[in-house]
Amino acid sequence: MQPFRIHSGIVAPLDRANVDTDAIIPKQFLKSIRRSGFGPNLFDAWRYLDRGEPGMDPASRRPNPDFVLNASRYRGASILLARHNFGCGSSREHAPWALADYGFRALIAPSYADIFFNNCFKNGLLPVVLGERDVARLFADVAAFPGFSLTIDLERQIVATADGAVVSAFEVDAFRRQCLLNGWDDIGLTLRHADEIRAFEAKRFAEEPWLA
Amino acid sequence: MTVRTLYDKLWDSHVVREEADGTALLYIDRHLVHEVTSPQAYEGLRLAGRKPWRTDSIVATADHNTPTTHWDEGIRDPVSRTQVETLDANIARFGAKAYYPFRDPRQGIVHVIGPESGATLPGMTVVCGDSHTSTHGAFAALAFGIGTSEVEHVLATQCLLMKKSKSMLVRVDGTLPRGVTAKDLVLAIIGRIGTAGGTGHAIEFAGEAVRALSMEGRMTVCNMTIEAGARAGMVAVDDTTIDYLRGRGFAPSGDLWERAAAHWRTLVTDAGAAFDTTHVFDAKAVRPQVTWGTSPEMVVAIDERIPDPDREKNSERREGIERALAYMGLTPNVPIADVHIDKVFIGSCTNSRIEDLREAAAVVRGRRVAGSVRLAMVVPGSGRVKAQAEAEGLDRAFRAAGFEWREPGCSMCLAMNDDRLEPGERCASTSNRNFEGRQGAGGRTHLVSPAMAAAAAIAGHFVDVRRLY
Repeated sequence: MQPFRIHSGIVAPLDRANVDTDAIIPKQFLKSIRRSGFGPNLFDAWRYLDRGEPGMDPASRRPNPDFVLNASRYRGASILLARHNFGCGSSREHAPWALADYGFRALIAPSYADIFFNNCFKNGLLPVVLGERDVARLFADVAAFPGFSLTIDLERQIVATADGAVVSAFEVDAFRRQCLLNGWDDIGLTLRHADEIRAFEAKRFAEEPWLA
Repeated sequence: MTVRTLYDKLWDSHVVREEADGTALLYIDRHLVHEVTSPQAYEGLRLAGRKPWRTDSIVATADHNTPTTHWDEGIRDPVSRTQVETLDANIARFGAKAYYPFRDPRQGIVHVIGPESGATLPGMTVVCGDSHTSTHGAFAALAFGIGTSEVEHVLATQCLLMKKSKSMLVRVDGTLPRGVTAKDLVLAIIGRIGTAGGTGHAIEFAGEAVRALSMEGRMTVCNMTIEAGARAGMVAVDDTTIDYLRGRGFAPSGDLWERAAAHWRTLVTDAGAAFDTTHVFDAKAVRPQVTWGTSPEMVVAIDERIPDPDREKNSERREGIERALAYMGLTPNVPIADVHIDKVFIGSCTNSRIEDLREAAAVVRGRRVAGSVRLAMVVPGSGRVKAQAEAEGLDRAFRAAGFEWREPGCSMCLAMNDDRLEPGERCASTSNRNFEGRQGAGGRTHLVSPAMAAAAAIAGHFVDVRRLY
């Protein structure tokens, strides 16, 4: 996994609550058996005026001029600013894959759905939780200043503006932070405890043999 | 001895080890696998040169992509076919306790076949790369959906890294009125606590009304726990649980059955155990529900009207209502019973079990689908449900009324196969999500119970099913 230590980038605002993973990456693109290539279909139904199907050339599509990510001022954005309960619904990891493939490295929102939140950490995508008031102010700042950028520092656990002013500190689980900072492979970490897992399993099957 | 909730007991019995910050290594008993969220996990396993830790924990099926008609022709969409064949190849290579491939008589929706085959048992941890894995919590299992990276993690290690959630009790006192089902109850719960109301929690459903539900009803309630934001929902073990499991294929038998059943009966919340959050509902007050918007929390009772955004003071919520009404093509203050429908879908992991089909069939028997309804379809949850329904003559009742009787699968719940809404089409659906485009780009979904979907098919618009009894 790509490590995440510190990242600076343009912020794009997605001003609606309860954005579900069906909206982030619609079902027809879930037929892929690969992990990459979902970026062109991120927010497909909102981003294009024509109906997207797998295998279409993105260059031939009709972009929706009213969708925020199509505005030239947000080109190259790598931080997505969102509202509460972002990523609700389906557990599809294709959602963080699509966000990362598009070029997002971090998200900022007041809250996320549990499964989506968890999936982000497995893909080097940092979902930052800030208070409602901080998020509201950032939406106002993004609207006011074209090219508005932020720096997200995972080591210091702060979000700062381009001129270095701290917007807010943020919380993140110590274990998840450590994995993300180092780009660690979860499976490798867990397999270091293989003996403990085997011992646990043996005891469990002895106590509840119908599970074996 | 300290008193514990059911969730505490399930959690405690699966912790292999714990990090200083509370992150636990949790042992997984049952891993359900389907074709959409597993290919990248198996690929990762292969690239790293790893093997599944315990193939006997795996029960797999193809359900999301499979067609519901013309099974003799196979899967026509080459992209869908590749995904299903990839699962065939991965199971052939890596193994499983059971695999029900496309066209197997026991194939079906993963959350239907797990319980019906006895692969889901009380006290288990059950995971699947699918958010509706919460369904299996009806058996006092700790069951939740995971992403594909975690599917790979479970394949490779039989464990997951996670922190314990907070606990929530949803207690439903009293008795549900006649004609009001588990689906109406769970929609009413989501309508009150909201789609993020359960975020960060594991929910235990309890109380007289939950005790009175069949296993099918409990599965419907637990299934939609995720629509309230909680990854896991659960119901304590009682006679209903034990009676359902007796004699199921993978359930224990003989002496082992007695031992297991005795153990399972301890899987209840101890008297006096505390929850972080508690919500209490009065079952008598629940009426048949219909969603009107693009989130499951946007729901009203059948005798209510579509909400007026002008009455909403919170600007974020007002904009949400306005956007939903625009997408759904609805006018504020119109009675929901005046809304006409184009299609009816009875199926999905929420409502495709035998009891669901019986309830719907009871409504349509001797009646005809309204001429204005373009398509009314029933998609049984599994091959076994289909066979049982046919043995009871339910298929004939549906067909005689003008319904199509299809092959099992996820079908139009998420429209990955050919079953989908066209732009602007309005559907009465027994599924679980009314998100924009969920049942097809531009499609408009109204979530209802099987009986309410059947009633809407007959009337051509939403109607209180209790008037048809």
